[in-house]
Amino acid sequence: MAEHSLILIIVIPLMASCFNILLGLFRRGFCYPLVIATLSLCVILSIFIMDGVINNGVIHYRLGGWAPPWGIEYVVDHLNAFVMTIISFISLFVAVYSKRSVEAELPGRTVYFYTVFLLLVTGLLGITVTGDVFNLYVFLEITSLAGYALIAIGRDKALLASFNYLIMGTIGACFYLLGVGYLYIATGSLNMADLGRLLPDLYHSKVVLVAFAFFAVGVAIKMALFPLHVWLPDAYTYAPSTVSALAASTMTKVGVYVMIRIMFTVFKPNFSAEMLPVTEILGWVASGAMIFGCILAIAQTDVKRMLSYILIAEVGYIVIGVSVTNRMGFTGALLHILFDAFMMACLFMVAGVVMHKTGKTSIHGFRQLHRRMPITMAAFTIAALSVIGVPPTAGFFSKWYLVLGAIYARKWIFAGMLLLSSLLAVVAFFRVIENIYFAPSCHAHDRVGQEGIVRDEAPLSMLVPLLTMAAGILILGFFSGKIVSAVIQFTVPEGF
Amino acid sequence: MDFIISKFNYWIYIVLMMIGFYAMISKSNLVKKLVGMNIFQTAIILFFISIGSKKGATIPIIQDSHVDAVNSALYMNPLPHVLMLTAIVVMVSTFGVAVALLIMIYRKYKTLEEDEILQILRNEKWPNTH
Amino acid sequence: MINRFENIIIQTISRLLIPPIQLYALYVIAHGHYSPGGGFQGGCILGASFILMVIAYDIKETKRMISEKINTIFISLGVIIYSGIGAVCLILGADYLDYGILNKIFSVSPAKARALGTFGVEIGVGITVMAVMVSIFLNLVSGGEHEEAQE
Repeated sequence: MAEHSLILIIVIPLMASCFNILLGLFRRGFCYPLVIATLSLCVILSIFIMDGVINNGVIHYRLGGWAPPWGIEYVVDHLNAFVMTIISFISLFVAVYSKRSVEAELPGRTVYFYTVFLLLVTGLLGITVTGDVFNLYVFLEITSLAGYALIAIGRDKALLASFNYLIMGTIGACFYLLGVGYLYIATGSLNMADLGRLLPDLYHSKVVLVAFAFFAVGVAIKMALFPLHVWLPDAYTYAPSTVSALAASTMTKVGVYVMIRIMFTVFKPNFSAEMLPVTEILGWVASGAMIFGCILAIAQTDVKRMLSYILIAEVGYIVIGVSVTNRMGFTGALLHILFDAFMMACLFMVAGVVMHKTGKTSIHGFRQLHRRMPITMAAFTIAALSVIGVPPTAGFFSKWYLVLGAIYARKWIFAGMLLLSSLLAVVAFFRVIENIYFAPSCHAHDRVGQEGIVRDEAPLSMLVPLLTMAAGILILGFFSGKIVSAVIQFTVPEGF
Repeated sequence: MDFIISKFNYWIYIVLMMIGFYAMISKSNLVKKLVGMNIFQTAIILFFISIGSKKGATIPIIQDSHVDAVNSALYMNPLPHVLMLTAIVVMVSTFGVAVALLIMIYRKYKTLEEDEILQILRNEKWPNTH
Repeated sequence: MINRFENIIIQTISRLLIPPIQLYALYVIAHGHYSPGGGFQGGCILGASFILMVIAYDIKETKRMISEKINTIFISLGVIIYSGIGAVCLILGADYLDYGILNKIFSVSPAKARALGTFGVEIGVGITVMAVMVSIFLNLVSGGEHEEAQE
């Protein structure tokens, strides 16, 4: 039973998405409980799998009974289980949050929304579970197509933003497919572990070098790494609030997971460090991402757009951790995947609450909002402090590992850029926080009296996931030592 | 010369891919971008299929259903064919989503030229300037 | 958006051709597991037959044949058939999509059970692909307006 949970975690959301359409034709009110039940089952299964991996080691599952490399194999090791657990948790909380938001923003389309939402979660979980490069392409495209459809139903510029995302995302996926094809020409195998065994003899062949180049560019487009990030701000700003919250916290993180798999499981680490100067290029590109993301975040007037640029900077942090190729940096990168998912989910959920209550997400619209929604704004402040890296929030712990990793690798410039981007993030977030708490109110009806402002807190179904994310940010930081020793230290590739 | 003639299938498909890529980048009409994307993906699919061919091999379908063993050197590699069936499905789905998006863009902005749409958006954002 | 295009030639030929097209599509689906063909190809041809009906006649006539609600049910039915066959293999004790275990239900040899399992999966895929093709075409042609608003 424990091994079958590897396939059940994909089949259950897929079948639930189909049953959702059938149930939705029958009665609309059944969709939300079905989604919550499905995602809770996925969370339980992923905890099961994580438990199995910690106690027993790597889990293998053969689809159809065919042995690899002739069949598709699902392999879960510590890295897989870690990312899978994060995705299933965040999906559950965003789904709980989504009830009020979807009813308000997309009236009459809740059935179709939840169907495509479940397909998106299927794709995300499928990317993390599979051990076959072509199967990963299929799940990547499932995720992307569901993402294009969900982003396109947002407000004003969403259609054009989704079309741009479609064109760029398809280019990325096609490059990934070309990489898979070149590797197949060179080795004749599509299984990740088998490729890892066959490729080291072929590192000098040009086919393999070009395959790596295609993989790198394709995955970089999907995870919005610095020069190829252009689709992200428009797409996540104009998407519906639920979609922004889910996509920002999970879709870029699975992109980073795919990059880590390609670089360290399919191609061994010495390829990236010695054959091609990949890690140096990644380091410089990621530093550009951090600085550029934070500087442009300061320039925005819309909170969701600012958060999208902060997301670009966060992807830069994770890639810097991967590029310094030592144990500290890699640990910091994986911890940052976990904490960043929580932070981004919390921040975008707050933006969604403000959109739900006031109808706009400009920074000016946050003025004195702490009188109306003190708890929500407190969660925003906690998440903002975590992005900046203030102890005792979780962001401090992962940034500590990242800076230490950069220093151990003697890359002083990257460590300096990490600290500089934290300072720039301070400026970006304190513009909003100052508006929330300290700006003098300028509306006439506020001067009538302090009791003129009514406490209009977020509805409970939106508040509970928000507070869970914020509590996670506060508490998980102290558990980071335990997380590292139980899970992350086994994910570091050998040779680091 | 032999370098080009012996690998002619790769050359043809790379040229097709670049035509599609050029159309995606340089054309300003959204439908033309989409057609370019379709050409690009089709060229990738054809490229994959061409790598399965062997000299003097026939199509990978076993004629007689009662054979015990097959001499695999006589048949083409069927795996790229099967993988590309999946890729074709992905291509059609992407095309379907993209055309649906284009129809809604047309209904909203009444044009499908990218520069005209950007002009409309600029006028919406700053209605007082031209 | 599409008005009725009264042309006796097109209507007669379509009326003659649509049933053979559908029969051919079913043959293509049924041959999928041991010769060229398969679920996706046959499903596309089935969908093309309905699209021919829309082109030759009218959307309303076609919606009398296959309504939007039935179409939506077909989309999910095909995927449920596919996952359901895999789940049946799981329940009987083997890995997912390991059709060899189906010989306990059908009492044939495991190799024959694998062929039957693949055939069942192809049927599911064909139904879904047909429904999706028809649905895409109807949505695009009507410009997104449905007569029955979902509420």
